[in-house]
Amino acid sequence: MKKKSENFGKIKGFSIQFLPYSEIRDLGSNERIKKILKIVLGNNILILQGKLMAEEEARLIGDTMAMIGYVKNFKGIELAVISGNGNEGFFGRMRKGIVNSLSRGDLGAITIIGPATIVKEIKRNPKKIELLLNG
Amino acid sequence: MVIKIFRNFFKRIFSNIFKNKKEIKLGFYGPPNAGKTSLANRICKDFTGEGIGKISKIPHETRSVQFKEKVVIEYKGKKMLFKMIDTPGIATRIDYEKFLKYKIKKKEAKKRAKEATQGVIESIKWLDDMDLVVIVLDSTENPYNQVNITIIGNLVARKIPVLIVANKVDLKKSDIKKIEAAFPEYEVVGISARYGKNLEEFYESIFKLSKKI
Repeated sequence: MKKKSENFGKIKGFSIQFLPYSEIRDLGSNERIKKILKIVLGNNILILQGKLMAEEEARLIGDTMAMIGYVKNFKGIELAVISGNGNEGFFGRMRKGIVNSLSRGDLGAITIIGPATIVKEIKRNPKKIELLLNG
Repeated sequence: MVIKIFRNFFKRIFSNIFKNKKEIKLGFYGPPNAGKTSLANRICKDFTGEGIGKISKIPHETRSVQFKEKVVIEYKGKKMLFKMIDTPGIATRIDYEKFLKYKIKKKEAKKRAKEATQGVIESIKWLDDMDLVVIVLDSTENPYNQVNITIIGNLVARKIPVLIVANKVDLKKSDIKKIEAAFPEYEVVGISARYGKNLEEFYESIFKLSKKI
């Protein structure tokens, strides 16, 4: 019987995977991006608890750009982060800051990353988020 | 000890004398087709007589970083020296098939897509080298795009001053308020790079931000 990891990336269609922040909390930037890419390149839409650092997001964009043309049928990713709007007020921000520093990440945020072949567009406005898939 | 004090004293005096002569690296960032090259061209033409790059309706026309050195911008009697850096638009996806819609042949479209991906990588690398960044957004488009947020986040992390420009205000669909609402912590200047509208306010903001470097 094949191991589950060997079947990774051979899924026909797509699936949605949820990754709790605890899975990436103790990883360095390289390992975090590697882990995310492994999921996304396997035709999965990733829903990540929390968010990456801005530098990691830029790195992820750069790394995926470098893969276009080298990984078959890969056209890039769609990425969106949903987090607070920053209007929490002083005490709200302070509470959030304490929680974030204890958990070592912004657990109130959600990051959605999907391969561009599956995700056509992630439409955002302050009140809602729409995930449009390729038909 | 006395020599050290004198050395520091002269160093401070000389650095103050030449402080204003330093060339400020002014970067133009944003998503594809927002008007980065149009704005950079407008400024370069106004102050040097020649542009920085080619513009087009086809996205990813700028596929490598373009420079114009020693651009002296004069505004209200004040002069500042800039190195203009026009960067390729940052995107998270690039599909060569998109270029076919613009009647570009398949081979050329594939080449263009490959160059555009390299351009995005180059733009990201250049983030470290900027002194001041103008983020050019198309005011007719939805500003809640992760690319915009990622660019701003990276600039904040590097402590690089940011000015947001809402371009294409000459178009009916333009909505500056939407951009202001999306980025309430930043100054947003509405302009039309194509027609040179409201550039005075743009220069004023650039001069103001330059003091933060």
